[in-house]
Amino acid sequence: MTEQTAILPADKGRSLWADAWARLKANRAAVISGIYLMIMAFACIVGPFFTPHDYTTIYQDYNRVPPSLSAYPKPNQLDLAVKDAVKRARLDLAKWEEKDDKIITSVTSGKPIDERVTRYLDRSDVLENTLVTDKSADGLSLTMTSDVEKKYFYFGTDNSGRDVLTRVLMAGRVSLSIGLLAGLVAVVIGVLYGATAGFAGGKTDEVMMRIVDILYALPFIFFVIMLVVFFGRNFILMFLAVGAVMWLDMARIVRGQALSIKRQEYVQAAEALGVTRWGILIRHIVPNLLGPVIIYMTLLVPQVIILESFLSYLGLGVQEPMSSWGVMISQGAKNMPSANWLIIIPALFLTSTLFALNFIGDGLRDALDPKDR
Amino acid sequence: MQPPILSLNDVRVTFTTLDGEVEAVRGVALDVHAGETVAIVGESGSGKSQLMMAVMGLLARNGHASGRADYRGVNLIGMPKSELNTIRGSKITMIFQEPMTSLDPLYTIGNQLMEPIIRHRKLNKTEARVRALDMLRLVSIPEPERRLNSYPHELSGGQRQRVMIAMALANNPDILIADEPTTALDVTIQAEILELMAALQRELGMGLVFITHDLNIVRRIADRVVVMRHGEIVEQGPAKEIFARPQHPYTKELLSAEPEGRKAPVAAGAPEILVGDNIRVTFNIGGGFLSGPPLVLKAVDGVSVHLRQGQTIGIVGESGSGKSTLARALLRLLPSQGPVHFDGQDISAKSVKDMRPLRSELQVVLQDPFGSLSPRLTAGQIVTEGLLVHEPAISAAERDRRAIAAFTEVGLDPRLRNRYPHEFSGGQRQRIAIARAIILKPKVVVLDEPTSALDRQVQKQIVELLRKLQREHNLSYLFISHDLAVVRAMSDHIMVMKDGKLVEQGTPDEVMGNPREDYTKRLMAAAFAA
Repeated sequence: MTEQTAILPADKGRSLWADAWARLKANRAAVISGIYLMIMAFACIVGPFFTPHDYTTIYQDYNRVPPSLSAYPKPNQLDLAVKDAVKRARLDLAKWEEKDDKIITSVTSGKPIDERVTRYLDRSDVLENTLVTDKSADGLSLTMTSDVEKKYFYFGTDNSGRDVLTRVLMAGRVSLSIGLLAGLVAVVIGVLYGATAGFAGGKTDEVMMRIVDILYALPFIFFVIMLVVFFGRNFILMFLAVGAVMWLDMARIVRGQALSIKRQEYVQAAEALGVTRWGILIRHIVPNLLGPVIIYMTLLVPQVIILESFLSYLGLGVQEPMSSWGVMISQGAKNMPSANWLIIIPALFLTSTLFALNFIGDGLRDALDPKDR
Repeated sequence: MQPPILSLNDVRVTFTTLDGEVEAVRGVALDVHAGETVAIVGESGSGKSQLMMAVMGLLARNGHASGRADYRGVNLIGMPKSELNTIRGSKITMIFQEPMTSLDPLYTIGNQLMEPIIRHRKLNKTEARVRALDMLRLVSIPEPERRLNSYPHELSGGQRQRVMIAMALANNPDILIADEPTTALDVTIQAEILELMAALQRELGMGLVFITHDLNIVRRIADRVVVMRHGEIVEQGPAKEIFARPQHPYTKELLSAEPEGRKAPVAAGAPEILVGDNIRVTFNIGGGFLSGPPLVLKAVDGVSVHLRQGQTIGIVGESGSGKSTLARALLRLLPSQGPVHFDGQDISAKSVKDMRPLRSELQVVLQDPFGSLSPRLTAGQIVTEGLLVHEPAISAAERDRRAIAAFTEVGLDPRLRNRYPHEFSGGQRQRIAIARAIILKPKVVVLDEPTSALDRQVQKQIVELLRKLQREHNLSYLFISHDLAVVRAMSDHIMVMKDGKLVEQGTPDEVMGNPREDYTKRLMAAAFAA
């Protein structure tokens, strides 16, 4: 062979993956869902750093305030908050008024007033920078000016006065990571197990699949409660419990695929070439398995998120102050009629994410398996 | 002359694909008269099937048809589905290539036959049953009463195709469209089905549109022949005219597509390279702990093969006769009884690992050019896979050079080596499969129906290629096929198999010119009846 043939340029081929990618890009619902999910994941990851509140901070003056785009406090809350703060300082309120965005409070008392009572006002979530502007000669009455602390609760606050926006993003981190990681755990176990069973075939396959059947027969909730009893409640446990159940479906699907791929002529051709079993598994079986696995994975993630919500709803999932969408929905359900935003907002986040995942799953199935349509 | 029943005018079919619009049919005009058989002939991809699919409103979702297809003055293209359904299935019916999949496995033959009758003729169940029985008799199915209650899997391929014909004829159609109705069948059955269709057509006087890639099949039954290529009609005319004086070069090519020539026998002293004595392969079907003793199926029953260097042994027989199983046993891809010697060594007891070094010298090319190449690898990767096993030391650049050499040798443009299998045509794919086998410089190549899934002209090219490779590398072939014309052209020794047993063997002229056994005679009669 001469050097010239060696540098013969080769046309670029278009692989099945490239084809699938092009088909996926042509699917509007899947593309929009993909963008939506990316935005959602990005918001959950960096959002809590930029929201004005910490997810653990409790604002006692803002229990269960409804979502609003304008700043808190509202006038009636101002009144309540001032009265509350004065009461906590054990003083009597003479009058208060708002002037040039400042709150001027006049208080009286039976005993001389210590100037440090401003702290009581500052301690309120509504007022800050309280200064004594005027004090009567006998010290029994005092006038203070304070700034109004403007706070934004775009999604309202929960029962204990925590910002729902921050919490729903934090909860999203938990839900999405459980979905992704437990999904991944299930896929890894399922693919390895299923491919081994399918490719080995015969007795090995028989025994391995009977084990799967036995595990199927265990009631899931019972299994999780057992785990909780033995190991206590724990974030890692969630992955284990969910992953340990979800891989069963994956294993069955992959085994079926492996069985059918094993009988394809290209595997026979590889055997006739003398390719080792390992080579056949890596070069022929696994690449041809990936399509269905990817499809199933995108459909598995929402399932896992729902399972986690379900467990959290039962009180077996993540614990306060951490939260997941399932936990928030469960808390929201308890406040249903009066504070409906507590359930609507996390439910909206959860369902829209699940929708997006399912659209992507459908899009991937159509893209990777165009014959099925 | 009466006006045509079906008249196509400027029919166009386009498909929207990832690469943009693809025109499958580009303005075809065609008339079908009552009582006439029109054969539409062309290679795969010529648009012959899509043309009729467009008429029947059966295009895939990304397909779009335009033009006129007038059935008794009514344009079928663009007609709403509900109206179309009163015509298709009743006045225009269709039978398809694959008898295995066009019947629903969940319903009995009777059910499936009666459904269109009840639907289109508004008969009640008893009347429909009588009609269904008549139809089964018409297509000469033995024991029609019993067959009414059978399920599709209980019937052979030929019988299923007869049922499909019965279904298509049940409502006295004006036009029957047959899309490659015999391609998936064995030769002997092919001939029977063709005869049946011709007889029914004479008897019932309908128009018959026969779509096929094999011009020689329609020689016996067509009145008029339409030759299509690249979505256009290149030539049409009375069958006698076309067969006697083809005008267009493409038609001539189609007519002369039968592989020609004979292979000279090898010298008597040529060493025997692959020898199998009294090979037996049995399969156990079912059986196990609770289901009792398994059913033992003798797939190959005491067949001996002596392949000399440079020789080509053709193994012929119907599907299920055990010819592929025999080849796999000789390749040690299946457990079997009986000694197998390759190049003087006994390989019948060798383990998978011990066989591996010998694999490079014992190669195989499989039938299905679509299934035998892994869809996720490039053509170059597929061709060089054997090198990874047998010459693991060579560099990637050297492998690439060898791939280029192999591509050139099988007549493929080496620049295509980074493409994926789905980007090649059937013939090109088969060339890739051949390149994969010969890159290892084998001594023996088993060719398991390498040309069966290909169009006639492509078949001829592949046969030429295989001959060239045999001459250049002194290869020995074990050539398995049910296509006797190809076998005759390729082999210098022929073995005829039936039900796992060797029926007859000898030189091509002995076996084909002067068959001794009944079975061989039947096979020859069916294949060379033209």
